[in-house]
Amino acid sequence: MAIYNLTVNSKKVKVDVEDDMPLLWVVRDIVGLKGTKFGCGMALCGACTVHLDGQPARSCQTPVSSIGKITKITTIEGIGDVKLHAIQQAWIEEQVPQCGYCQSGQIMSAVALLKTNANPNDQDIDAAMSGNLCRCGTYDRIRKAIHRAAETIKVEEKGIGKR
Amino acid sequence: MENIQTSRRDFLKTTGLTSFGLALGISAFSKDAVVKKINPAILKLEINPFIIIDTAGNITIVNPRPDMGQGSTQAVPSLLAEELEVRLDQVKIIQSDGKDKYGSQTSGGSSSVRSLWEPIRKAGAAARDMLTETAAKRWNVPVAECIAKDGTIIHKPTGKSLAYGELADDASKLEIPKNPKLKDPKDFTILGKYNKRLDVPERVTGKAIYGIDIDIPGMVYASILHSPMLHGKVIAVDDTETKKVKGVIKVIKTERTMPHRTSEAVAVIGTNYWAALKGRKALAVKWDNADYEKTLSTEKYFTDTYEAAKKEGINFEEKGDFDAKYSSAAKKLESNYETPFLAHAPIEPENAVVHVKDDGSIEIWAPVQGPDWALRDVCAYMKVAPEKVKINVTLLGGAFGRKAYHDFLLEACHLSKELKKPVKVVWTREDDISQGPYRPGMLSHMQGFIQDGKIVGYHHHAIGESILGQVYKGLKPDEADPWLSEEISTNNNKYSFDVASKVSWTHVKTDIPVVWWRSVYASNFGWGQECFIDELAHLAGKDPLKARLEIIKDERFRKVLETLAEKSAWGEKLAEGQGKGIAVFKSFDSISATCITVTKKDSGVKIDKVVSIIDCGYYVNPDNVKAQTEGNIVMGITAATKDGITFTNGVCDQSNFHQYNIMRLNEMPEIEIHIVDSGSSPGGVGEPGLPPIAPALGNAIFAATGKRMRKLPFDITNLKV
Repeated sequence: MAIYNLTVNSKKVKVDVEDDMPLLWVVRDIVGLKGTKFGCGMALCGACTVHLDGQPARSCQTPVSSIGKITKITTIEGIGDVKLHAIQQAWIEEQVPQCGYCQSGQIMSAVALLKTNANPNDQDIDAAMSGNLCRCGTYDRIRKAIHRAAETIKVEEKGIGKR
Repeated sequence: MENIQTSRRDFLKTTGLTSFGLALGISAFSKDAVVKKINPAILKLEINPFIIIDTAGNITIVNPRPDMGQGSTQAVPSLLAEELEVRLDQVKIIQSDGKDKYGSQTSGGSSSVRSLWEPIRKAGAAARDMLTETAAKRWNVPVAECIAKDGTIIHKPTGKSLAYGELADDASKLEIPKNPKLKDPKDFTILGKYNKRLDVPERVTGKAIYGIDIDIPGMVYASILHSPMLHGKVIAVDDTETKKVKGVIKVIKTERTMPHRTSEAVAVIGTNYWAALKGRKALAVKWDNADYEKTLSTEKYFTDTYEAAKKEGINFEEKGDFDAKYSSAAKKLESNYETPFLAHAPIEPENAVVHVKDDGSIEIWAPVQGPDWALRDVCAYMKVAPEKVKINVTLLGGAFGRKAYHDFLLEACHLSKELKKPVKVVWTREDDISQGPYRPGMLSHMQGFIQDGKIVGYHHHAIGESILGQVYKGLKPDEADPWLSEEISTNNNKYSFDVASKVSWTHVKTDIPVVWWRSVYASNFGWGQECFIDELAHLAGKDPLKARLEIIKDERFRKVLETLAEKSAWGEKLAEGQGKGIAVFKSFDSISATCITVTKKDSGVKIDKVVSIIDCGYYVNPDNVKAQTEGNIVMGITAATKDGITFTNGVCDQSNFHQYNIMRLNEMPEIEIHIVDSGSSPGGVGEPGLPPIAPALGNAIFAATGKRMRKLPFDITNLKV
């Protein structure tokens, strides 16, 4: 057991856990944020995707001891907590979720994609999103929602530019 | 009286209502859907508190269909809101708890809207009429001058209005109209219209609560090591390494109870899930596997099915003397079509939280498809009365049939009883994939013949394990599984064969546990039926669409096929290396047809486009019909082109998503979905889109490459016949 000081969604938390405990279980069972999901435990499905300093990572394969110099851990609860993120809004507009269980991970991957690529084409979306499984089969809507969110962000930024 | 008062208070407290006002129920056991008033003073004894309008105007509906992604949390309140004349956002939903008074409560068989379409609308209409009458009386005006809108009754000539809450108490004193007038579908404002699902926002912010997210004070976590050969017995447990894991509380022998048998297992209990899981991985257990090494074998099972194909089955139906006509036919075909065992693999693995309390009562929080069935199974297993059990149904992170099989829930019951603590059981993905139950693998032995360029003889011999036989009431040796006959009979597929036809069955048993999977046997037998019809069409030298239309008179089928032809540009010239295939299948009262276009690529093909048509009669939300059909396309392509479940030497060969692959976003073809508005009574939506997918793909591959695929799954990038 060891003490880890983490910053999760801008909040400082101190946890006393085993070094090899995956961040997924730290976040869910110790910090109590349940939005990050367990799907496979082998980084094959992406349901557990969080951001480590803005980079998408599979929290089920990230031992808490490997966090090291990471300063910011962001989970689905930290995305759009004040105002919905354009990705979340697009997910609602396109009515993406069915059961919704994988969508936290899908959204975390999509938000990370738009951060580095404001105007992704289909191939970019393929590359960024193919690590996230959806058994309900919402892929077509996910693609549409990412394009929609990219458009929204572009329009919003233009608006800001004018002012 | 005290008890009644207490139960009334408790009910108000848990539902957040201020008073009962008007409470209406629908007789669950009556085919006529009789609407009944509920007397709050004897609520405990009454049936079906389905709808409650309290004096503050809150409208609550008890939803008897758990939501696993199919949209019941929108569909059920929509049925009410349409007739009651309220907005969807005015209806609060409470999930039913499995008790008899709520009637059938299982999400399965694509039944939610089909079975509730009339009863809930009737209850809504009855309440609306009672509220209208109450307002008219209070104003002393004719009822005909009053209309209901958005939760108020408006007196048209004067514009004065009363909210439902102000009328509910008095309305409850009226007689319930026996036959309240249901709205004409042309006047619908909610049903059949696009409406956003109100529970989507919680599903994009991480706020939605699934079974796996439940935390109860004092709860411990369990990870259970199941027998690698499913039914083995524990000989010895070495938990030396497990006990060294920090957070491990206990190691105990436990059991996994399936509907038809119980297996031994070892549970590791931890203060958190990771500790329990790590402890479980450190266990060394010696198993007595009896002869499961030999009996748990998919190779052996399929060998048995191919052997059975050479023999006569038990007939579901026979028209004309098929065998005689077949043997003398000049142009005939015989083929076997195989479908594999499949895991459901919902992304939320099986899990449950159970608290067996000191007084013997049991509280459950679990993602179950049917709280009624769960209650039945828990009561039988724990030997308690239903009154002692409270089931809180959570959202389901996918289910596809798996979460109507309660082994994981009974495991949590058993452990909580032993430990005298609330216990959360969470299966790993490996448990989910390698333990079953599975969709059974099946074989379709097909025979058919043509005369004068027309398909006139057809035999579908369905062979394999029976879900009904293994899991439920059993199957007599001379009984043909009735579940299948609904799907593969000529009464269902509407094909008429002029000379002779036969549909038959042979039961081949296996120790591999089976259960329904999205669209049940239709997911198996659509493959054999529709590929073979395609083969016969080619034998007849006919276009596969025309050959089908020649033998289908049913107007709805024809309309679906004709719409498919139009929307898929069937018959138009294809590019070099391209091929198109079609298939049609009726299941759960809905007809779905698909056209898939593929292009030859190296030694395989690439799927260019999928066009699906569905006639599901009346429906609630066209967007949800499309969403479910999209899901069926993805699940259908996955089932055809990704991994099946195989058992070798007693052990499942697949364990996680690297061996049991699911289609990914980059593999998504262009898709298009069209709804045929037939105005027929509502059919299912969650499943009917799946059965035509695999055969449409197989037929497209034949059209593009000349390769006739007969065994699922296949590697689409490297096709081997």
